[in-house]
Amino acid sequence: MKEVINLPVKNIEEEEYHINMGPQHPSTHGVLRLVVSLQGEIVKSLKPHCGYIHRGIEKMCEKDTYPQIIHLTDRMDYLSAHINNHAVCLLVENALEVEVPERVKYIRTIIDELNRIASHQLWWCSFGMDMGGLTCYFYGLRDREKILDIFEESFGSRLLHSYYTPGGLMMDIHPDFQKNVKAFIKYFRKKIKDYDDLLTGNMIMQLRTKGVGFLSKEDAISYGVTGPSGRASGFSCDVRKHHPYGVYDKVDFKEILGTKGDTFERYMMRMNEMHESMRIIEQLIDNIPAGDYTAKMKAVLKLPAGEYYQRVEASRGELGVYCISDGNKTPYRMKFRSPNFSNLSALDHISRGVKIADLVAIGGSLDYVIPDIDR
Amino acid sequence: MNFSIYDFTSFNQWIDKFLNDNLPAFWAIAVEMVIIGVAILLFYALVGLFLVYAERKVCAFMQNRVGPNRVGPYGFFQTIADFIKLMLKELIYIRNADQLLFNLAPFIVIIASFMAIAAIPFAKGLHAIDFDIGVLYVIAVSSLGVVGILLAGWSSNNKYSLIGAMRSGAQIVSYELSVGLSLVTIIILAGTMQFSAIVEGQANGWFIFKGHIPAFIAFIVFLISSTAETNRGPFDLAEAESELTAGFHTEYSGIKFAFFFLAEYMNMFIVASIAATVFLGGWMPFHVGGWAGFNHIMDFIPPFVWYIGKTFFVIWIMMWFKWTFPRLRIDQLLTLEWKYLLPINLVNILIMAFIVLMGWHF
Repeated sequence: MKEVINLPVKNIEEEEYHINMGPQHPSTHGVLRLVVSLQGEIVKSLKPHCGYIHRGIEKMCEKDTYPQIIHLTDRMDYLSAHINNHAVCLLVENALEVEVPERVKYIRTIIDELNRIASHQLWWCSFGMDMGGLTCYFYGLRDREKILDIFEESFGSRLLHSYYTPGGLMMDIHPDFQKNVKAFIKYFRKKIKDYDDLLTGNMIMQLRTKGVGFLSKEDAISYGVTGPSGRASGFSCDVRKHHPYGVYDKVDFKEILGTKGDTFERYMMRMNEMHESMRIIEQLIDNIPAGDYTAKMKAVLKLPAGEYYQRVEASRGELGVYCISDGNKTPYRMKFRSPNFSNLSALDHISRGVKIADLVAIGGSLDYVIPDIDR
Repeated sequence: MNFSIYDFTSFNQWIDKFLNDNLPAFWAIAVEMVIIGVAILLFYALVGLFLVYAERKVCAFMQNRVGPNRVGPYGFFQTIADFIKLMLKELIYIRNADQLLFNLAPFIVIIASFMAIAAIPFAKGLHAIDFDIGVLYVIAVSSLGVVGILLAGWSSNNKYSLIGAMRSGAQIVSYELSVGLSLVTIIILAGTMQFSAIVEGQANGWFIFKGHIPAFIAFIVFLISSTAETNRGPFDLAEAESELTAGFHTEYSGIKFAFFFLAEYMNMFIVASIAATVFLGGWMPFHVGGWAGFNHIMDFIPPFVWYIGKTFFVIWIMMWFKWTFPRLRIDQLLTLEWKYLLPINLVNILIMAFIVLMGWHF
């Protein structure tokens, strides 16, 4: 009799069940599908299924000219579109050994950092929403709007800009650009305190994120977790510091490194990076040199045959562009090392044994953008 | 007939007398029941519609938005338009769902909140039924709703719903204790469980002021635990939009979803009215013992207005923390109850009993 009673109980305890988070799910921020094995509320393992928004960008690059490829990179990580553009521009410029004007470098660096702030603002919105604080969304978007307005004023577009071209910029910045950026920084320094009041300092938020979702430095390196997520684990991986491009070698900024590697640390990394980005912009905004907004470029760009690699620090980590050219006007092969794909690979490792609610918070703190994963 | 907005007793007696004069006793009672039922149903629908509107406005206010402002003045008819839409929407048939339980669940949830509203005194004499164990009845009935939530989660044949329902079960069973015990604190002070007597007992000062610090602690504990019991706001784990899409009502559509939606708001209204009645004097105007002139001026404001004002004040506080706090995790939720609120409550009851024994209260 005892056995009869014990048998089903034992089975229930051992049984795992799977839920599909996604492709349509509020916490995945896009069309990512996570097959999560649960035991009760506890995550046993998870398997990301990518490809729901695969557009074959790498393949499409093979039939496009280099100026055209820039427009495709916008569509990878649409939240750091400028930085993606920057990667391809740098690759082409370095391959052709073009010297771009100083003015271009300054403007690109400022706009990259503005883009980084905008991206982190949107991350903050959605992280708050993942935690259940819906109000965060509106505060973050309200402030992001100011940056988008600055972008729109200078070059007309708000999300997919394609502002950089090989050798320079599509057009010069708007005369009000400097004034508006300074006004924005003054405004945002005040508003970022709201962010801290609303979410960072909140006890529930701290209880839920501190000590949860630990990623060690060794694991961060072996999974290739870069960007703020990697730096939260103490992995010094800031491309801006180690392989400076633009005018990052001329500005004074800290590479913020964490120690704990938990969700809260990853959260704080991005909050601090917004402060750092504002510092970078402040140092540059008054010193934009006069000059041309683009270098003299040939009408048809042909890279010399060979292999090229260029990396930049996108807002979610290291973006690498690898290009093989056979001397034609289109690349033979183009490969993007996207930060989100590597960051996502660590998700299973981080989230084993946490509650399902923490899985959502960890996902939020890794800040993945699905089109960048699938490309 | 002597009708006054300050006292509905004579009005009720007049209706009772009129019906009894014209009808046999059985039919008189039957007609009275129907009248009360219709009145409560109307009130229920109106309050539900208004609360949805209020929540949207409060939430918009918290989020730097305008909120509904197109349909009618200040968007006031937006919820009515929404309700019509929900009534006309298709009810999606869920294959492999337990049809009987699936269809039954929203009704259980809504009936539980419907029953609880009957025992609440809205004004002097405006009271459907005045039990001598009114507080106990309301606690008992309002916790029936969890059965509906569990059934909804179980019968939907959806894993998200099931997780949501299990969370909700654990949550409501735990927080029921704190709700009950914080009310017990005040029952000790009031010496009665009858709502009308509790309200009358606050004629010379509300219990939250009369009961010193223990009453205030009980009020805070009640506010927290009743928010948890209604599955709202930082405690909305049963729905947990970012994790479980919509929790136990993921599979519900149209009017059945509206029932859950309405029941949530009505539960909020009920716990807010209990908080208002037990801690803040219900329909009793703001009186200070000994200040006859001041009390007389306060009496000019009708009791119903006092009641609504206090209830909506409590509701506003509940909305406030829903829209500013992130959500708790299930283990933290249970830790909060069993490790903090429950011990605090038990000690609080002892202190309150001691104060009442020594006669230190006002």
